[in-house]
Amino acid sequence: MTLLLTAIGLLGGFVLGISLAIMRVYGEKELIWIASGYEKVLRGIPILVLIFIFVFGIPGIFWFIDPISRPFFGVFLALGLRSGAYQSQIFRGAILSVNPGQMEAARALGMSRLQAFRHIILPQALRLAVPSWSNEYAVVIKDSSFAYSVGVIEITKAAYRVSANFPVLWAPVMGIAAILYFIFTYPMTRMFGERQTKKLKKLGMGGG
Amino acid sequence: MVGPVLRVVDVSKSYSDLHVLKGVSFEVWEQEVKVIFGPSGAGKSTLLRCINLLDPPEKGEVYLCGQNLMAPETNLNAMRARIGIVFQHFNLFAHLKAIDNVSIGLRRVKGLSKEEAHVKALEALDRVRMAKWANHYPAQLSGGQQQRVGIARALAMDPDVILFDEPTSALDPELIGEVLQVMLDIAKTGTTMVVVTHEMGFARAVASEMLFLDEGVIVERGTPQHFFVSPTSERVKNFLKQINILYGSHEELLKRSNEGGSK
Repeated sequence: MTLLLTAIGLLGGFVLGISLAIMRVYGEKELIWIASGYEKVLRGIPILVLIFIFVFGIPGIFWFIDPISRPFFGVFLALGLRSGAYQSQIFRGAILSVNPGQMEAARALGMSRLQAFRHIILPQALRLAVPSWSNEYAVVIKDSSFAYSVGVIEITKAAYRVSANFPVLWAPVMGIAAILYFIFTYPMTRMFGERQTKKLKKLGMGGG
Repeated sequence: MVGPVLRVVDVSKSYSDLHVLKGVSFEVWEQEVKVIFGPSGAGKSTLLRCINLLDPPEKGEVYLCGQNLMAPETNLNAMRARIGIVFQHFNLFAHLKAIDNVSIGLRRVKGLSKEEAHVKALEALDRVRMAKWANHYPAQLSGGQQQRVGIARALAMDPDVILFDEPTSALDPELIGEVLQVMLDIAKTGTTMVVVTHEMGFARAVASEMLFLDEGVIVERGTPQHFFVSPTSERVKNFLKQINILYGSHEELLKRSNEGGSK
């Protein structure tokens, strides 16, 4: 459940983040204003408060879903919307760090702005974003632990339940939970972060 | 073809207070090689960028094969596909191998199939003697090799004209030769070219006409013969003298340093 929440939270945030980043880099004044406003607000609210808002605050938004799974979707929405705000910054930075000559060369070949973005800028920006993006993964997987507060069974909640039934095991169970988080976080960030940095170097990108 | 391939009429461009181009006009006919030279800041690069409207001029017109690029109904992307450009800093697509750098325009802009584009791209790489390096990424190539891929990328599109923006000035001296050789080859096969360069040897060998640009205007124009034998304006004479010191005979330099030492 932790991994599922993390995965779809990240995915939602990914789609949202890229859209926001595009708005901020290429958009008109109003779009930039909306996107940066969104980022400021979402980055300013603690994840727990967001989860409460979407699970208890406006329960009506998931009227079409079975009440038992509503908290899950509330958490998903909270994680995704917030991660989107952070990912937007990651992708904006990545898009801006692609050399302007790349866009020029693409346009000079006769590509439209959209084609140039799709085939030249975005593939490079995504590569550049991977190291910071793996950090975002580490943040979201840990934030997903807040889901326990609204009754979604993920690692933390499961650990909590076990230890409630067997109070003597509280420390080892929580220890195992912590180790699980670590196992899911560290190798991933290491693999993506360091390997990608090396790869980027090989392509002469990113100045890293 | 009837009429010039490229016609630039009274093009002006300024960045805030700085007038970079003040009414430049010239024509390029099929198979011509036009060399534009002049001191830095003269507006040479800006002129090229105005021609394919990467930086649209404020005043004046640019015609490609009789079609006005500035007209609102012109499909600019389609027209740009017919104007090749080779950049000073190569601007190869960093995430693509040499072959894909050359074929991506064929696929995405000209709509060729993957296989057709591959064949054509390989041909273009072969013309710049880079076929062997087709599967290398730009960062794995030397500056001279990257620039040759840049030339192949422009060539592959079969453009009506190719613009060269100081193609050798970012290169180490020992790499300039291979790029110039490729440029000579394609000039001799009848490619229409507009070349901004200080490589006077290249100009002497293939230029049909040379334009001396300074402070946003064409100061003098003529054949290489004219410039190297009897340039008329003082500015051109001075400039060519400087170039000579940089690239050619050392006598001038020695004379100067002797004068300086005796003071």
